[in-house]
Amino acid sequence: MSTLLEMSGVSVSFDGFKAINNLSFQIGEPELRAIIGPNGAGKTTFMDIITGKTRPDEGRVIYGERSYSLLKMSESDIARAGVGRKFQKPTVFEAQSVRENLAMALKNKRSPFDVLLYRKNSEGAARIESIAEEIGLTAELARPAGELSHGQKQWLEIGMLLAQAPRLLLVDEPAAGMTPAEREHTTDLLRRAAEKHAVVVVEHDMEFVRRLNCKVTVLHEGSVLAEGSLDHVTSDSQVIDVYLGR
Amino acid sequence: MTRKTFLTENRSIFWFLLALAVFTLVVTVLSTGAGTGAISTSFVKTLGRTLCLMLVAVAMDVVWGYTGILSLGHMAFFGLGGYMIGMWLMYARTEIIVAESLAAAAIPPTPQEIHDAVGTQIFGVVGASEFPAIWFFASSFWAQMALVVLVPGILALVFGWLAFRSRVTGVYLSILTQAMTLALSLYLFQNDSGLRGNNGLSGLQNLPGLDAVPQSLVSIWFFWGSAAALAAGYLLFAWVVSGKMGSVIRGIRDNESRVRFLGYHVESYKLFVFTLTGIVAGIAGALYYPQAGIINPNEIAPIASIYLAVWVAIGGRGRLYGAAIGAGVVSLLSSWFTSGGAPDIPLGFYTIQWTDWWLVLLGVSFVAVTLLAPKGIGGLFDLMGRTHPVMPARVGGYGPDKGARRKSEGEEEK
Repeated sequence: MSTLLEMSGVSVSFDGFKAINNLSFQIGEPELRAIIGPNGAGKTTFMDIITGKTRPDEGRVIYGERSYSLLKMSESDIARAGVGRKFQKPTVFEAQSVRENLAMALKNKRSPFDVLLYRKNSEGAARIESIAEEIGLTAELARPAGELSHGQKQWLEIGMLLAQAPRLLLVDEPAAGMTPAEREHTTDLLRRAAEKHAVVVVEHDMEFVRRLNCKVTVLHEGSVLAEGSLDHVTSDSQVIDVYLGR
Repeated sequence: MTRKTFLTENRSIFWFLLALAVFTLVVTVLSTGAGTGAISTSFVKTLGRTLCLMLVAVAMDVVWGYTGILSLGHMAFFGLGGYMIGMWLMYARTEIIVAESLAAAAIPPTPQEIHDAVGTQIFGVVGASEFPAIWFFASSFWAQMALVVLVPGILALVFGWLAFRSRVTGVYLSILTQAMTLALSLYLFQNDSGLRGNNGLSGLQNLPGLDAVPQSLVSIWFFWGSAAALAAGYLLFAWVVSGKMGSVIRGIRDNESRVRFLGYHVESYKLFVFTLTGIVAGIAGALYYPQAGIINPNEIAPIASIYLAVWVAIGGRGRLYGAAIGAGVVSLLSSWFTSGGAPDIPLGFYTIQWTDWWLVLLGVSFVAVTLLAPKGIGGLFDLMGRTHPVMPARVGGYGPDKGARRKSEGEEEK
């Protein structure tokens, strides 16, 4: 396991409020990591920093074998470098069909001229079919994504993440709005992805985190409070005070 | 399974081109220049100009309806295309006239003398006689034709690069595009801008060296040229908005940041669309102004670009044929109302004169279409097409961005 992403001494504040305070974090490839923490702990800001949406005031974010600094890259460059993100609220392209949504996410060249001259091919179609099967939307491929139920949109969003074939998957609350069977399927899917890649899961649901059976990082007020197995962190007195105790 | 081709997947393209071909044929047969004479030469010119406006409206629909950039400056590119062709037309024709009159002199004129005399002829009206530097290529037909594409294209590229790079979006971008077209028009109004100030370029209907050809025939040539350009432009844009490119730009319209997180460089896409549509607008203008005969800076006043957006909105944004129909119907109605074609309505105490009231009618229709029939005229085709499944009303719009398509605008052509 080699380190894929390393954040060190990262701080960011919004109007004086320190959302992230001297945060250091690293994840290897392959690895599965769960991040828990109370509301306002900085989980979403943490993902915003990695994906380039928010620029930190200080600190370093280093990615990949060649140690690129993600802070100098645009959102689209970071995504192309292999960082994929699933948003908490499903954000799919509702006016377009499920197939179009997946096709757009599919790993391919991304420049305007490549896209303009792109021709549908059987290889791409087969990838879409297999992803659709994985996320249980085979029958819905031709439907506009806006017609899907909330749970199905969640799945489509996960499918789009898989289609990008990222090396680092940032998954924000994947289990929200899912049935117990679907949760199991999600767990299974994330664990499989983590066999080859780095997967970071932000989740509130302790049961879900327990099933992931992985190292857990607890965030609180913008910095790491504890790190280790779930049993280890849940027995930590500080964690109990700020999070579990409430 | 039958092979899917571009045309079979996009039936509306076939119908649009067929309708355009039939229309062209009918006008030709009825024209004064090539047919029975039922349609006057000036009306053939009006129809030819309308085809050019339809082309620029289709371009506007790609930039606004598909990519979600409400550009209120595309008529600047249209006008620049017109100026570029106008420079060659004026120079070449004046040169012939001057050469003829000087040929009678005892000593044959040198090329420099002819050039100077052309300058005096063209710029006498603004009290100058020297050719400004921007007329350097005006004597060469091919160079000036290249400028028809290059000048609007480069302006769109530079403006777009500056605006999109700073992530200016929504209403701020619209204001910026209005500022661009206003600045350009104010600049051209100056006598020393090099393009004859508020006089503009005139006599553009006369093709150099073709004085023997009657206007009735010239008008038909330009009508055919405009129809061919509209067909080609329609095909080009239909191809651009189909397939994956269409998918990405519609994604940008509905949720720009999501497209970014998928790894697409949104700014490049916007720049590509903005520049391509700017170039097509320039070509449309280059075909329009020889049929209008005159171009002046008023043509690129901010209001012109606003009309363009109104045509697209009334026609139905998000479908190319809607934009074309909107521009055709509204601009023809506009010339009917404003040229005294519509009879006045006497109310006893007041007489409604349409030359004054047409703008009010247009404004009211714009508001009515926006509120009551957001699909526009193009939406009528949904009624006779296949039936649409009833969509559950889960969300009001298709995306969080300001320009995002709304459910009420219905399904768009792909």
